[in-house]
Amino acid sequence: MASNHTIVTEPHILFGKLTLDSIPYHDPILVTTFIVVLIGSLGIVGSVIYFGKLKYLWDEWITSVDHKKIGIMYIITALIMMLRGFSDALLMRSQQAIAVADSSGAGYLPPEHYDQIFTAHGVIMIFFVAMPFIVGLMNIVVPLQIGARDVAFPFLNSLSFWLFVVGALMLNISLFLGEFAATGWLAYPPLSGLEYSPWVGVDYWLWALQISGIGTLLTGVNFVVTILRMRAPGMKLMQMPVFTWTSLCANVLIVAAFPILTVSLTLLTLDRYIGTHFFTGDMGGNQMMYVNLIWAWGHPEVYILILPAFGIFSEVTATFSRKRLFGYTALIWATACIMLLSFVVWLHHFFTMGAGASVNAFFGIATMIISIPTGVKLFNWLFTMYRGQVEYSSPMWWTVAFFLTFAIGGATGVMLAIPAANFVLHNSLFLVAHFHNVIIGGALFGYFAGFTYWFPKATGFMLDEKLGKWACSLWTVGFFLAFMPLYVLGFMGMTRRLNYYDNPVWNAWLIVAACGALIVLCGILVQLYQIFASIRDQRKNRDHSGDPWGGRTLEWSTSSPPPFYNFAHLPQVRDRDHWHDMKENGLAWQRPEAYQRIHMPRNTWAGVVISGFAMMMGFAMVWHIWWMAALGTAGMIASWIIHAFLNDKDYYVEADEVQAIEDQRYRRLEAADDRVEEADVVTISV
Amino acid sequence: MSAHEMHAAAAHGSVREYVTGLILSIVLTAIPFGVVMSGAASESISITLILLCAAAQVMVQLVFFLHMNTSSEQWWNTMTAAFAVILVAILIVGSIWIMRHLNHNMLLGH
Repeated sequence: MASNHTIVTEPHILFGKLTLDSIPYHDPILVTTFIVVLIGSLGIVGSVIYFGKLKYLWDEWITSVDHKKIGIMYIITALIMMLRGFSDALLMRSQQAIAVADSSGAGYLPPEHYDQIFTAHGVIMIFFVAMPFIVGLMNIVVPLQIGARDVAFPFLNSLSFWLFVVGALMLNISLFLGEFAATGWLAYPPLSGLEYSPWVGVDYWLWALQISGIGTLLTGVNFVVTILRMRAPGMKLMQMPVFTWTSLCANVLIVAAFPILTVSLTLLTLDRYIGTHFFTGDMGGNQMMYVNLIWAWGHPEVYILILPAFGIFSEVTATFSRKRLFGYTALIWATACIMLLSFVVWLHHFFTMGAGASVNAFFGIATMIISIPTGVKLFNWLFTMYRGQVEYSSPMWWTVAFFLTFAIGGATGVMLAIPAANFVLHNSLFLVAHFHNVIIGGALFGYFAGFTYWFPKATGFMLDEKLGKWACSLWTVGFFLAFMPLYVLGFMGMTRRLNYYDNPVWNAWLIVAACGALIVLCGILVQLYQIFASIRDQRKNRDHSGDPWGGRTLEWSTSSPPPFYNFAHLPQVRDRDHWHDMKENGLAWQRPEAYQRIHMPRNTWAGVVISGFAMMMGFAMVWHIWWMAALGTAGMIASWIIHAFLNDKDYYVEADEVQAIEDQRYRRLEAADDRVEEADVVTISV
Repeated sequence: MSAHEMHAAAAHGSVREYVTGLILSIVLTAIPFGVVMSGAASESISITLILLCAAAQVMVQLVFFLHMNTSSEQWWNTMTAAFAVILVAILIVGSIWIMRHLNHNMLLGH
């Protein structure tokens, strides 16, 4: 079949497959989007230069190795990508609401466009929203929770972030230059093979995921080492905060699972670029092997997303119930069990592929077993709330919203785990409803809870509580309205990824689902306004104490935002809820007698420069511009070597500088105390 | 504690250890080549022998070159290695099991 590979003309020596026709200027939707994006980015770049902030941006953010700043950049990128992913969702919902064949025709999106939209939606939401959101939260919180000054490998952390940005950029470039994959988010061959996807869409998918996936793998290594080796003196493993524990398990999963993704993508790349036959339909290839491999990564990935969210719920529930977490040990063991079990359930994603009864029975039962530790956790949180003084702040609202939605998602998950039922439900909207139910109701609600909970820690001021509760309500109502109809439609036999349909009975349900999506849109708009309003009113919302919620773990013992070295002196940990213990025993906010100099890593250009060359290499590989790919690769290797030979990578913050920063903090604390006392007097006199 | 200080704790092994490792890995490489090139053993015995030598080779590399042992400072490394072995075993055995059944049911395996 080698002759089929020459559908595309020989790549040009200078421009590869890139021609003027690669720009989709005949599509008005894309052209408008492009103009808006172009004006927007020119506006941002222009104002940065106009206000002379370029140097500030380069020195303080782009080259920064500070885990807190990298975390903030991750989350900003995640929120921006969420807007794009959600626009895709709105396009699909509106298309399906009107695309019943006997009323108003087949909607407004042609099939090849619709297919790219659902592929991009899935890829963006998993790889470029959920992953950076949780990696961002881990970056901000984990070193603070374990009393460390940074992660174990600060330069690698910066490199991870910028490699991830390269992936996100390539995905967005595909919108305006060429096409994106139209294969579904996991690009199963043979559809993703050269024969059926001859142009550049799948190549964009491959290189964007490969490059950002390497970044994620480095993050995994970094955080495993950080958590195991850089805890504050005295902190035993079973004294680590739960979020740190679940992050550790998630990062072990990253280290164990992401190489499988790397290999699967590489094999598919070889099939597409040099004509190997790993996953082709003939010449000894086996496309089912791809499905097997990609889910061996894909299932642990689900737990990489959800485990840290479970950690967030644990922190939030304990803090706002004013109680020690119920069943800490059980919760940690449940997490560890999930970590191991998540590697023995991957076949439940392809029960219907044909492996037969005995194989299906094994993986079905394993899947039902994995739901047990998850259930254990739910009871942990409920019993933590039981007889606690529960304060319903907005992080707690997200947590309760999670209890309600995740219980349903878990139940439908166990239904799908029954192989016999799966033969009826697979590939239907029931499945789509299920995984949105656990990823939105489980992972995303957790990230929003964590975002609200740690926002004051990262920025120094609180998010508006009232708007936060509105956002949570709108998201929850919108979610139920958008996805419960999909369960019904799944039972009615509607399959996923339909561009149009000819069954008018489905139409009403899809209109309801579209309304749900619009309510979620309102929730997102409220969140954007919440961020804007909180920045506007930051003087009023400032967190002077560093501990606005009455927290229990170490991150609340330092100021908000923390100084770049996090802790002036490393704490000597002796309790699981160490900060709570310090407050109980009157040891909190105590000034040390003397300060010592602190060893810190220097900022480095290497992360962003190496990633820039990676971008050049990836883009060139997509378009078969071989000279540029070689240049990009050489640039990556060269800049890595140059960076490796630089000796000036760290420095000492001298004791008097530490003292000056800490003095300022204690002055602020005293001023805040005075204000609190005044307020008390006023309340009493009233 | 910086990454530098942690490095110093790991042992680097003796010349004797490296030489033993080198000889063992050469022997373990020579055996499979010898078996296949001489054609002395039957196919199934050859494949078993190759697999056994490969597994032994991994152990030799871990013990003699990466200095893995059961001492307390190496505890995390040994645990990590054990975890990795379990996962790789799950993945390989699981995949072979799945693909065999699949081929049988789909009548792909002759």
